[in-house]
Amino acid sequence: MDILTLFVVVPILTVLVLVFAKGLKQVRIISLVGMLVQLGMAINLIFAYLKERAINKDIMVFTQDYTWYESFNIHYAIGVDAISGVLIALTAIVVVAGIFISWKIDDLPKEFFITLIILSAGVFGFFISLDLFTLFVFYEIAVIPMYLLIGIWGSGPKEFSAMKLTLMLMAASALLSVGIFGIYFNSNADGGALTFNILEIAQVNIPVAAQNLFFPFVFIGFAVIGALFPFHTWSPSGHASAPTAVSMLHAGVLMKLGGYGVFRIAMYLLPQGAINWTDFFLVLTTIGVIYGALAAVMQKDLKYINAYASVSHLSLVLFALLMLNKTAWTGAIIQSLSHGLLTALFFALIGMVYGRTHTRDIAKLGGIMKILPFIGSVYVITGLAYLGLPGFSGFVAEMNIFVGAFEHTDTFRRILTIIVVSSIVVTAVYILRMVGKIMMGPLVNEEHAELPKATWYEKVGLVLLMIPVVFIGMMPFGLSEMIKESVTPFLERLI
Amino acid sequence: MIEGISIYEILSLSSVLFFIGIYGFFTRENLIMVLMSIELILNAAAINFVIINTYLYPDFLQGAIFSIFIIALAAAETALAIAIIINLYKLVSSVEVKDTEIMKY
Amino acid sequence: MNYSYVIAIPLIPLALFLLLGLFSKKIPPSISGWIGSLGLGTSFALSLYTAYHYYIEAKVNGIYQTFVYKQTWLAFSDKLHIDMGVLIDPISVMMLIVVTTISFMVHLYSRGYMKGDDGYTRFFAYLALFSFSMLGLVLATNLFQIYIFWELVGASSFLLIGYYYTKPSAVAAAKKAFIVTRFADLGFLIGILVVSYYSGTFDFSELNNPEGFMISNWASTSFMGLSVFTWGLLLIFMGGAGKSAMLPFHIWLPDAMEGPTPVSALIHAATMVVAGVYLVARLFPAFYFVEDGFALTIVAYVGAISSLFAAIIALTQNDIKRVLAFSTMSQIGYMMLALGVSKYDGHEGLGFMASMFHLFTHAMFKALLFLAAGSVIHAIHSNYLKDMGGLRKYMPVTHITFLIAALSISGVPGFAGFFSKDEILAAAYEHDMLIYISSVAVAGLTALYMFRLYFGIFWGKDTQYEHIPHESPWSMTLPMLFLAVMSVVGGYIHFSEFVSADHIPFEAHLNYSLAAIASGVGILGIIIAYILYKKETNLPDKISNTFGVTYKWAYHKFYFDEIYLFVTKRIIFGLVAAPMAWFDKYVVDATMVSIGNMTVSFSNKIKGLQSGKFQDYAMAFISGGVILAIVIFYLWL
Repeated sequence: MDILTLFVVVPILTVLVLVFAKGLKQVRIISLVGMLVQLGMAINLIFAYLKERAINKDIMVFTQDYTWYESFNIHYAIGVDAISGVLIALTAIVVVAGIFISWKIDDLPKEFFITLIILSAGVFGFFISLDLFTLFVFYEIAVIPMYLLIGIWGSGPKEFSAMKLTLMLMAASALLSVGIFGIYFNSNADGGALTFNILEIAQVNIPVAAQNLFFPFVFIGFAVIGALFPFHTWSPSGHASAPTAVSMLHAGVLMKLGGYGVFRIAMYLLPQGAINWTDFFLVLTTIGVIYGALAAVMQKDLKYINAYASVSHLSLVLFALLMLNKTAWTGAIIQSLSHGLLTALFFALIGMVYGRTHTRDIAKLGGIMKILPFIGSVYVITGLAYLGLPGFSGFVAEMNIFVGAFEHTDTFRRILTIIVVSSIVVTAVYILRMVGKIMMGPLVNEEHAELPKATWYEKVGLVLLMIPVVFIGMMPFGLSEMIKESVTPFLERLI
Repeated sequence: MIEGISIYEILSLSSVLFFIGIYGFFTRENLIMVLMSIELILNAAAINFVIINTYLYPDFLQGAIFSIFIIALAAAETALAIAIIINLYKLVSSVEVKDTEIMKY
Repeated sequence: MNYSYVIAIPLIPLALFLLLGLFSKKIPPSISGWIGSLGLGTSFALSLYTAYHYYIEAKVNGIYQTFVYKQTWLAFSDKLHIDMGVLIDPISVMMLIVVTTISFMVHLYSRGYMKGDDGYTRFFAYLALFSFSMLGLVLATNLFQIYIFWELVGASSFLLIGYYYTKPSAVAAAKKAFIVTRFADLGFLIGILVVSYYSGTFDFSELNNPEGFMISNWASTSFMGLSVFTWGLLLIFMGGAGKSAMLPFHIWLPDAMEGPTPVSALIHAATMVVAGVYLVARLFPAFYFVEDGFALTIVAYVGAISSLFAAIIALTQNDIKRVLAFSTMSQIGYMMLALGVSKYDGHEGLGFMASMFHLFTHAMFKALLFLAAGSVIHAIHSNYLKDMGGLRKYMPVTHITFLIAALSISGVPGFAGFFSKDEILAAAYEHDMLIYISSVAVAGLTALYMFRLYFGIFWGKDTQYEHIPHESPWSMTLPMLFLAVMSVVGGYIHFSEFVSADHIPFEAHLNYSLAAIASGVGILGIIIAYILYKKETNLPDKISNTFGVTYKWAYHKFYFDEIYLFVTKRIIFGLVAAPMAWFDKYVVDATMVSIGNMTVSFSNKIKGLQSGKFQDYAMAFISGGVILAIVIFYLWL
């Protein structure tokens, strides 16, 4: 079995074993072991990639191709470059952290972990796919379990939120499938057979008219899950209703599928369409960045704050992708990583605070730092990292994006760039407002004077997420070089 | 070949029969009556089979055989339908069409 | 010569921070204070060693050489990359001395001041973090590195102001400091982007190179009538103004006094707040040459106005730390205006030298003032002048050291402040009369408010204290005594032989007539303060009443806070963010939900078709068949 297929097989095996597990203890041990194997494989993949890259200069390495459905030329084609490699590592980390955070889940634990792991299998499959059809299938596998996870294990108006989330994402999938079939039926533009294979389509010059037609379908199809304004409204209510681990996985990983899909499919396969449509979408993403940040300032629910913050930060990813140059693209990928880790941290922390105080209303919280020093400290550090403090991953990502965006000299992009840069101030406002209100200050509610301290599994989960944040922030050189190299073929398509 | 009666008269008869059946099928309130209307439709079809067979291919018997099939089928269908209607009657104490809407939406 | 060991100077505090931060629970307070002080002591010794070697040996043909050691940290493109490294030149070495001296003294002092506090170890960890960031800032080799450490000092300042995090006012002040400086840093960042995009480099040595692209080609690009580089430099200066609490970004500094007093001494008096001055000095050739110094003129006027403005406010405040904060702002304005009026070469570059000189002496006496104020606050547990008076009897050491510092800042001949202030005034006199006059006025006001403070604390009314105030322990007074010595002898250093704009030492002489005017004004201020505040009288009230509205405005700091509050709360939050949140909830989200609801209601409308009557279905089936048949017959055949 090749190194990549294992990423799908291990979760499936874990699920199969889980079916026979009894009791919470067995379930979580099995899930943890399975996902730790996955994490080990992901780290191994990064090193194997670097080793392979030294000798293999192909766009994708570890490629495999199996025919799946011959008459439509559908293959199970897989391969990774640095971009998918690092996102796989991100997914593995967030999933393991999510399992630690859900250590004590008491409501249908077996089913919960099974659904969670199926979801992660979809995500892993998505990142390794090189075939549009396979990729789409894995995308759906990743999105659908979300409905169950929110609808069954959620809180508040969970059915409504789950329904809204799933329906909006399904509507986007419909657009996406139109776009994918549009690409498929134009993939013989230079002669040759119709194909779903991304690398093969990348060799074809799809007619410009078709590119212009299908680019918005693919872009919006993916960007909805990447929280593109005005299609972001599923995210706040969805996150607010979802259980902690699901919020983490959703904001941390699933929303990254949007940016990745836009980049890998819309930008790579429809470069001309991308050039022609950037102005329009740049305006939307710029609105998203500043709008999400300002909306976050006004929220009262911790999860809503974080959800709108995610809208802002992920719009930044799309904004950077639309800037169509190497520096901004590198920034977009690092921002995906960084946001994935940081937002997972935030949701984990919010979950811990909520689990102890049973409220997420910032007016009813205050002075938690004194009672929960560990959680409080990590909260403050995460907040500082989130607002782009140097030494953490967010800074590296944002600076790449800003420098890249500034490479465009036209007034239109300059203005948008400056608007987007100004979001760092608004980010500081809402982060400090939240941190200052709930962690610092006097104790608001006397009932919170005695709260259980952070347990070992919570600490492990948080530390696990914090390590890469600091690592990327301190030593970004290797990562950014690795991503830059993988971004180059995308850049060549634009010319 | 029947002396003095052309195929037109017979076909007209079967058509009339058929449309009476259709009309009955759509308008009757009682399920038994609807079932009888279906019998009329089937019989109209059976007559057509026989008469066209006689006029077009007098040496073959397919039409006649088909009409026998239809009769058998009609019997089976009636048996089934009556069984359903009886069960329905047990459930709603009625054989009216308007009382069978409980499965809608 | 190899100066790469200088990297250890910031790395020692970083190691301390990690050690104390990660194991804050495990390390007992009795040890952590010593660890911190010892570490900073090492950095201090290393800085002295560096300075000794540099100023003695680094001259080639009478010019101080610049040494750069760097490593690429993050590459954006082939040309633009962030390097991490150390840059050794006269001003960075001078700043090393300032930062490590003050930091070391503050560490020693804090061992006494913070004794018994819950977060003792945490406090030292933050101090170490700050020292690391500040030293990294000082040693930065390029714009982006300085920005990185700029943000880090901002964050450590946030943590230290909010050190008493259960106090709402401290939290609010910390937030305010961070957000206001962050807003200014937005300008800094955009400035970096502008400058680096057009010049193709972040490197200071490249940007300051008179033959480099920026200085030789500034006229090649223009935007709204000015060179793009001028805009870039002005935006960078905006960042500097934010950190250095220049108008209109000064509002955070007075509130920042909510932090523990040693922090105020270290960050908000001596080191971080002069980062803006240091930034302008670091880019001085660029500021001077681009657009013939247009940006520098702005710097001069911002500095002059801020210094006058702050001095007026300082007269009216009652919280001793706030008086000192406004005094800091005023003195930094001095440094800014000195830079602003400076020219580049030789004796013309007097302003540059004067600015750095004043930065050095100011760091010593202002840190001392804060430490002495901390000692007072430590003794009587109040910040307000009304609770003080007659303390000279109880706290002799604090009294003497405070007096020395006050004399020094007032520019009384013989003390350090006299020398540096004289150079600034001389530079201003040579280049801009308006600025000179305002600076002389500020000199008088400085003496007045300092001695108002001095007499108010140590003389004045004989307050009856509930607990008899005690002199602080030697761990606190020792650093104060050291700084008191520095506040006197610091002035006798021949600064122009070490620091100059073009790295060529020159001779600076006292301008006796100007010095006489300045010290005369200063002494006049002291005499007025003596008359008004030596004994408790109602004279000050009378005077403030005669000023009426002006006094009220100054007391309320010219309503700057209220204006900011209005703009942010009412306009940005009230008129933009709140409607936006409303829009999101009731328009965007509602649209999405209503699309869903429309689908539901549409299906509700058409569900009648599924009537459950088989006869309806049969009707539809048959009529469909008939229509299909007609269509096929008539249209196809």
